[in-house]
Amino acid sequence: MMKSDFWRAFARNKGAVLGLVILTAIVVLAAFASVLFPGDPWDMATAPFQPPLSEGAPLGSDMLGRDIASGIAHGARVSLLIGLTSTAAALAIGVTLGALAGFHGGRIDDAIMRFTELFQTIPNFVLAVVLVAIFTPSLTTIVAAIAVVSWPPLARLARAEFLSLRTREFVQAAITTGQSNSSIILRQILPNSLSPIIVSASLMVATAILLESSLSFLGLGDPNAMSWGYMIGAARTVIRQAWWMSVFPGLAIVLTVLALNLVGEGLNDALNPKLARSRG
Amino acid sequence: MLGFAHLFASRLVKAVAILIAIVVMNFFLVHAAPGDPAMVMAGEAGAADERFVAQLREQFGLDRPLYEQLGTYVGKIAQGDLGFSYRQQRPVWDILAERLPATLVLTLTAFVLALALGVALGTLAAVTVGTWADSAITVVALLAYATPIYWIGLMLSLLFSIQLGWLPAFGYETIGAGYTGLAHAADVAAHLILPVITLALFYMASYARLTRASMLEVRGLDFIKTAKAKGLSQSRIVTRHVLRNAILPVITVAGIQAGQLVGGSILIETVFAWPGIGRLAFEAVLQRDYQVLLGIFLVTSIMVILFNILTDILYGLVDPRIQVSQ
Repeated sequence: MMKSDFWRAFARNKGAVLGLVILTAIVVLAAFASVLFPGDPWDMATAPFQPPLSEGAPLGSDMLGRDIASGIAHGARVSLLIGLTSTAAALAIGVTLGALAGFHGGRIDDAIMRFTELFQTIPNFVLAVVLVAIFTPSLTTIVAAIAVVSWPPLARLARAEFLSLRTREFVQAAITTGQSNSSIILRQILPNSLSPIIVSASLMVATAILLESSLSFLGLGDPNAMSWGYMIGAARTVIRQAWWMSVFPGLAIVLTVLALNLVGEGLNDALNPKLARSRG
Repeated sequence: MLGFAHLFASRLVKAVAILIAIVVMNFFLVHAAPGDPAMVMAGEAGAADERFVAQLREQFGLDRPLYEQLGTYVGKIAQGDLGFSYRQQRPVWDILAERLPATLVLTLTAFVLALALGVALGTLAAVTVGTWADSAITVVALLAYATPIYWIGLMLSLLFSIQLGWLPAFGYETIGAGYTGLAHAADVAAHLILPVITLALFYMASYARLTRASMLEVRGLDFIKTAKAKGLSQSRIVTRHVLRNAILPVITVAGIQAGQLVGGSILIETVFAWPGIGRLAFEAVLQRDYQVLLGIFLVTSIMVILFNILTDILYGLVDPRIQVSQ
């Protein structure tokens, strides 16, 4: 019953359904990248500077003769992987801090919110660049840097949810029955504050993918992982002669991020029906 | 007026606290980095000569306890000494000061443009809600949200400079043209158009969406009904009653996003070879010039804090009630 309600609300948003279709296609492309494009995307596949629709390179080749289409398929893996893991990491930091602040209130809340404010003031992309550059670019440092700069909004959200739920009767009842703090946080409040957190997290995956592509555009990508931002950054200097090298990876980013945003809005409509109705 | 001064003072105290936190963070970043802190400060391992590294070690007392080193470091920063770039053989502060004006021109113009156009478009969308103009603005905003700004920059320069030849593709001025006075200003302005539009586009979209949502919300409130009942004209209701109240959350978000605007200038300046701090950051990343990079981190943080104070003042001007309550 609840499940079908969810899907009906989700499907009422046409954009969300479109987003889900695009996203599924991208996930399939990422999953079957090595089947569709066997071989290393870093290897020379054909002659350099081949325009789109040439033999062996449907979307053209880059200045070293690497297949753009293969790069996009393998890049999808890296983008999705980094988007998901860094969001998970940001959730872990943000929700933990937000829950502690909202649940305990008082001095703990003050201290945590000051800390959060500090991270919101810092120009987050500059910090991400500094972190990845100093700790040398790799998948781990990129994920960590993205998580470090993206958790504050999640912390604020979780704190607000915990603040309002803490005074509710079911939480008071749990306190009276002598449940431990961690059990109340994890088993009573958290499940009830999940929907807005899920919506924000889905939008954060999109932001994380944009951040990763920006980092690799600047040459701060993992040197062993083909990524969309790297392809655009490397092709930047030859854009006059070869537009396709920057255009197609860019379109891949736009489609992915757009799809994620649309799905996020659909989730919002389905999970927070009150909000969605008052918006229109 | 007293309330205003009080607000300003409390913001300054907060700003100083944040700055100190960032300086301390910089210090620990250098120490947490893999390898010898002196090497990190000198740039890529092996690039610096022994004497310079030894000098750094002594200067920062790298053999002393950590808290003592922190003291030395904070003291140096407080005196405006951001360190020395071995790569460029110049003090970091001199390098930054040289690049700062270009970035300020770029980010301030983009910020003002994004705010003005975003609020205007959002108002238009809210007034024409449900028509094609509203849908068009919503779709453009959605796309601008999903597109990496450096890619927008590349595509705009592909279209307007390479294909159409209307605008210069990169740089700050036409090199060797030797323009002076007004001609020089016009030349710089022509170079500024593409970077500013690229940087402003995303934020314009975000402010347009926010203005629209906020106006639709305010429109349904009781005091608007009163204004209508009094027989005020539609345009007066929109500008004086709805917009004035609806714009407050937009200003709040603009203040928060100022940080992203400054960060975005790294990408934009890289794409358009705009000789500001962002371009410098890209060069510093390529050369692993950490001293410069950390200096940029500090200076851009200061810029964000200034932007925040600016939006606070703006907020106070739009809504006089704020001064006293905060």
